[in-house]
Amino acid sequence: MAGTAVRGRLTWQTATVGLVTDETPKVRTLRLEVPDWPGHEAGQHVDIRLTADDGYQAERAYSIASAPGEPLAITVERLDDGEVSPYLTQEAQPGDQFEVRGPIGGYFVWEAGTGGPLLLAAGGSGVVPLRAILRYRSLAGSSAPVRLLYSSRSWEDVIYSSELDLPADGVKVIHTLTRSQPPMWHGYARRVDIRMLAEVAWPTAERPLAYVCGPTSFVESVATGLVGLGYPAGRVKTERFGATGQ
Amino acid sequence: MDDVAVDDATLDGNAIGGLLASVFGTEMTTATGTCGSCGAVTLVAELAVYLSRIGTVVRCRSCYSVLMVFTEIRGVTCVDLMGLASMS
Repeated sequence: MAGTAVRGRLTWQTATVGLVTDETPKVRTLRLEVPDWPGHEAGQHVDIRLTADDGYQAERAYSIASAPGEPLAITVERLDDGEVSPYLTQEAQPGDQFEVRGPIGGYFVWEAGTGGPLLLAAGGSGVVPLRAILRYRSLAGSSAPVRLLYSSRSWEDVIYSSELDLPADGVKVIHTLTRSQPPMWHGYARRVDIRMLAEVAWPTAERPLAYVCGPTSFVESVATGLVGLGYPAGRVKTERFGATGQ
Repeated sequence: MDDVAVDDATLDGNAIGGLLASVFGTEMTTATGTCGSCGAVTLVAELAVYLSRIGTVVRCRSCYSVLMVFTEIRGVTCVDLMGLASMS
């Protein structure tokens, strides 16, 4: 049976790196060309597998940064002790190849028909799948109102900053910078807490749907806070990245 | 179990969507699992997941009992679902 691909079954495929874009000093977006890519939904991810010359393999999941209908792209944050992200953010060049499987996930996804209002909460690179949702919302012509609460260490660490500076109609982006702030900063300058959530989150009477993504501690505290504000747990979708930067 | 807690190394079931799809042949993160110890019913996407080089451990978010263990040996994935009462 070796080498036999069952139709529809998730299998490893070869991805070729296309356009590479530096987002911040530690974060990079890579476009991936995968023959016969079946398309994806907003919020899904891919698994990437690297194989060393000695056969050692390392595998990690990365959120898809592009909207359904756009070329497949991932945005990767470099973790200095990581096995995969240093390669993807520092060494990978257009034309390089590695293995990918996907799209993966049916839980942390948003379809335009689901509507809103949406509260998107991101810690650091947790913004990646939420950016796919925002781009898809525009491409799909959705008018669902959206608030994105985005926690970064500093302004230099904000991913997609130029895109988020010009949000689509009906989208509001609220930043909080937890470690350092530029001069004249008037926005939030602390970790997301219950008081901030109470100010930013849609009232529960509007039946909002929340997507929370980021480091585990960020997701735990935001999800707990939203439930404390009266959000039904089933209306708070969570995705935890583990101990990445925020 | 008080020796295990949710810390920053804890992921969730989203992280093993690819592994589960390759083992079960279909998207599983929107399935629900029932803990064999405490009876909690949870979406697979919301279970606590611990990744290590020797394997993947999935625990109940309510009582932290081990629900599933996945180990890959020479390209073959071994699956232990001992802690699950059911999955649907």
